[in-house]
Amino acid sequence: MHIDPLEKKWAQIVLAICALFVGILMIDALFHSVNAPSNVETINSAKLHLSEEFAEDNLGVQMDEKGDITVRMVAGRYSFFPKKISVPAETKLTFRWVSIDVLHGVHIPMTNMSTMIVPGFVAEIETSFPKPGDYPVLCNEYCGLGHDHMWSKIDVVEKDQWNASQITTKGGDEK
Amino acid sequence: MNDNTERNLALSHMWVAFIAFILACFMGEYQVLERSGFIEALDSPAMYFASVSTHGVLMAYVLTTFFIMGFGYYTASTSLKVPIWNKQLAWGGFWLALLGVILAAIPLLSGLASVLYTFYPPVQADTMFYVGATLLIVGSWVWCGIMIVMFLQWKEANPGETVPLAMFATTMNAMLWLWTSAGVALESLFLLLPWAFGWVDTIDVGLARTLFAWTLHPIVYFWLIPAYTAYYVFVPKHAGSYLFSEEAARAAFIVLVVFSLPIGFHHLYMDPEQASGWKMLHGVGTFVVAIPTFMTGFTVIAALEIAGRLRGGKGLFGWIGSLPWTNTMVLSIILSLLMLIFGGFGGIVNASYAMNAMIHNTAWVPGHFHLIFAGTTVIMYFSIAYYLWPILTKKPIYSNNLALVQLWTWFIGMSIMTTPWHVLGLLGQPRRISSVVYNNLMTLSWEPYELLMIMGGLVLLGSACLFIYLLVKTQFGSTTEVFEGEVEYAETYHPVKDLPDYLNDIKIWNKVIAVLMLVSFGIPILQFFFLDTYDSSAWGY
Repeated sequence: MHIDPLEKKWAQIVLAICALFVGILMIDALFHSVNAPSNVETINSAKLHLSEEFAEDNLGVQMDEKGDITVRMVAGRYSFFPKKISVPAETKLTFRWVSIDVLHGVHIPMTNMSTMIVPGFVAEIETSFPKPGDYPVLCNEYCGLGHDHMWSKIDVVEKDQWNASQITTKGGDEK
Repeated sequence: MNDNTERNLALSHMWVAFIAFILACFMGEYQVLERSGFIEALDSPAMYFASVSTHGVLMAYVLTTFFIMGFGYYTASTSLKVPIWNKQLAWGGFWLALLGVILAAIPLLSGLASVLYTFYPPVQADTMFYVGATLLIVGSWVWCGIMIVMFLQWKEANPGETVPLAMFATTMNAMLWLWTSAGVALESLFLLLPWAFGWVDTIDVGLARTLFAWTLHPIVYFWLIPAYTAYYVFVPKHAGSYLFSEEAARAAFIVLVVFSLPIGFHHLYMDPEQASGWKMLHGVGTFVVAIPTFMTGFTVIAALEIAGRLRGGKGLFGWIGSLPWTNTMVLSIILSLLMLIFGGFGGIVNASYAMNAMIHNTAWVPGHFHLIFAGTTVIMYFSIAYYLWPILTKKPIYSNNLALVQLWTWFIGMSIMTTPWHVLGLLGQPRRISSVVYNNLMTLSWEPYELLMIMGGLVLLGSACLFIYLLVKTQFGSTTEVFEGEVEYAETYHPVKDLPDYLNDIKIWNKVIAVLMLVSFGIPILQFFFLDTYDSSAWGY
């Protein structure tokens, strides 16, 4: 068997390139917890309205006693509910998404808030938004002929401003 | 050797492939126009999603499968210099697969199967669509069986000899396809069909997605391997050169086949039903499968450099200019490699685990796969057709110059179309929308890119029509000239000796694949049987 010395050198370079990429991804995943949304948590999508967590009153932005913010959202043809929410910038947010019917996906453009929403599962994702602004929340998986119309809104507001609004309105979500 | 049947088999398969291709090209241009929203009269989600579903099925399943089968039969018979084993069976497979295509096409075209080529339960299509798709796969298994039988028979008849590289690659691809299609076949037989026929009411969506992901990555290597085969066995000869290293070529095919299988979860990075550890494992495998492509780039460019220097090219880059750019095979590989560089770069972004969140399901993704499939891969299907048509029809090519124009316009059109498509993805446009109705300022920035895409699509459509025109003119033109060439395979630069058995055998790799698949898919599939999962009922769309 013949292996050319140049070929050998190139193979080593290629291995090094791939190892570098994999290395960066692994360091981020294992030491900085930069992971894909993967919580493998099941839920009965047909009975969301009877579940405690995703009952209508419980949807939207909620802050617990420790100050941790959870955003619970239901995806259904053809919108995300609640249709408009407001969250603070530069704050850790835990999104929990469920589908009431078919497969959906959600992406807030220019951010890494992206996950598939598979019926039967809760998709959980932690993120924070560095820049305040009005962002659209877009369905990015074909879910039926009205798919184009499946979107909602999220307002990312300055942290101080958001905190102030919490004191006056009590409970951050607008329904 | 009288190879009438072989030539007929190859031509019949490839005509089905290219007819599907040209129909799908028209749909593609309609889609890019419709989704831009520039022409209000075209606005129709029902029509758009029927068209997208059909375009996907025709391009991804029909063009590819039929081209690969036709090319494979002719490669087997010419490289081994034997007739096709069991020709009746081969024709049986052809008709079965064609029947499948027709059965699937009826509901697709009547808007009863607008579930995209990826099926996506719990949205349910007409039963005939699933039946048709399944028959197409079963028909293609006939081809796989014939390739493997011919490979084994030849090895038995020629003990200790090296199987020709073209046949080795083709047989590896047949084995790859059997393994690849098993995922979607399991989904179809145990989940989709019983559910579509109404024998069960619900479907396990997580399991269905997992099984589809099994198929979804290696299928693209099934499409790509014929292009790589042409890189290795045709291009050097056409350029006036030699295959730089046969050992490296075999190793590349083996790593491609073995490692393209256990990595499908990079399609599920954003899915909640699989855990991060499995995704990471598949992610690492995804980078392993980049290695043979890097090696292929080296080996084929080495062959081209030798050609350029033999033709008098000097200096670091001078050999590029002295390549025979007017040879369709040589021109197509240069354009194919250019698209592979950019498409490969995009692919690395997609493969990058959590980073995938930035572009997942955005317009970036179809931009990527059009560049790497419709670009890198299909441009080689064109040049293989230009090479084989005179041999198969015994008539000279109608016009080499027009063929060169066709290849150039395909490359230019693909560049114009896919560059803005990638940008749109980065700007957040979702991939599967038929119109932009988001009441948001951001979407205004999308419009100029949509306009560019329409123009790219037009160039591509013109190029596709020219391709079909050339094949028709060659085969049915009025020329009385007889073409007498035969398929010639590249010779190696370094003579092949003492080839280890593992570079000449498929059995050992079959076992390696079995182990890797068990490791990477075993628990992720089994989990659906011990988790408390909730199945979905069927939904319309």
